[in-house]
Amino acid sequence: MSKVLVVTSGKGGVGKTTSTASLGAALAAAGQKVVVVDFDVGLRNLDLVMGAERRVVYDLINVVNGDAKLAQALIRDKRNDNLSLLAASQTRDKDALNLEGVTKVIEQLREKFDWVLCDSPAGIEKGALLAMYHADLAVVVTNPEVSSVRDSDRIIGMLDSKTAKAERGEKMEKVLLLTRYDQARAARGEMLKVEDVLEILSIPLLGIVPESQEVLRASNLGAPVVMSSPNCAPSRAYADAVRRLQGETVPMNIPVDRTGLFAKFLNWRVS
Amino acid sequence: MNLFGFFRARNTAPVARERLQILLAHERAIVGGSDLAAILREEILAVISKHVAIDQDKVQVKLDRGGSISTLEIDIEMPAFEGK
Repeated sequence: MSKVLVVTSGKGGVGKTTSTASLGAALAAAGQKVVVVDFDVGLRNLDLVMGAERRVVYDLINVVNGDAKLAQALIRDKRNDNLSLLAASQTRDKDALNLEGVTKVIEQLREKFDWVLCDSPAGIEKGALLAMYHADLAVVVTNPEVSSVRDSDRIIGMLDSKTAKAERGEKMEKVLLLTRYDQARAARGEMLKVEDVLEILSIPLLGIVPESQEVLRASNLGAPVVMSSPNCAPSRAYADAVRRLQGETVPMNIPVDRTGLFAKFLNWRVS
Repeated sequence: MNLFGFFRARNTAPVARERLQILLAHERAIVGGSDLAAILREEILAVISKHVAIDQDKVQVKLDRGGSISTLEIDIEMPAFEGK
């Protein structure tokens, strides 16, 4: 049974695209057939983060409009056969998407893949609503920072009222992915703690992704961080999150990078 | 800066947490209640317009939710009665 998952947040820049790419890559590494779909029409970036920007010929809008077949628009990842990308259009705006077209595409993707990961645009407008509409599960990406938490609260409200599940009277499953977390700063009282965010948003925790330089390094290279640096702290956090998505019980911890002098020397040597 | 001042300046997370809790309690009430205000507006208008012609734009319905008391404020501008 395939699962449609939306990665959403309300606020921009909190790590939706980074997280979509890494969750997708980690699911694919676990042997699942995965497609990551960029819903950010006009401001696509998932192709860039996945390193497939030069391979985009057809996009989601072309498929919605019937200008291309789905199979023509799907870009298979060169590093993992299980992983595919459906890019957004860069030249159109968000009004080019419509519910009927999106519904058809999602239905077709459900037949081909085990997991359909929808990367939502920021905001609460049409693009974000269409990205979440067909979801079975929502991953709410939040930074431990006031504006991000406030916007996540708003998005949680929309997930509970503006999705197909909500309209059918079913309960929308939502999980929190706390990103850019700095445990040392939280311990010093400089940053909201995991418990603070959980208490305020009151949805279950999928994972805690620590702030790390590896994330920028991965996007520079055009690879999900779980592929470019599989052993670094954020990659381990994403791998654990993916095991939880698949129903495993994994103890919740905040992965840390080794910061000893020797480890630093090693990092310096290999990078 | 003394030691106490040093710690006070650093511990900003509890402030963030408290501000968020107050703000979101308020925002959730508004977002949750906006539909009710819209429904009331529609139904009240329907009843009144049976008897008096009113301008839709000159109707204001405001729903304020407080801790122990909530108020519903309805402001309808009636047209001047002609010929009487």
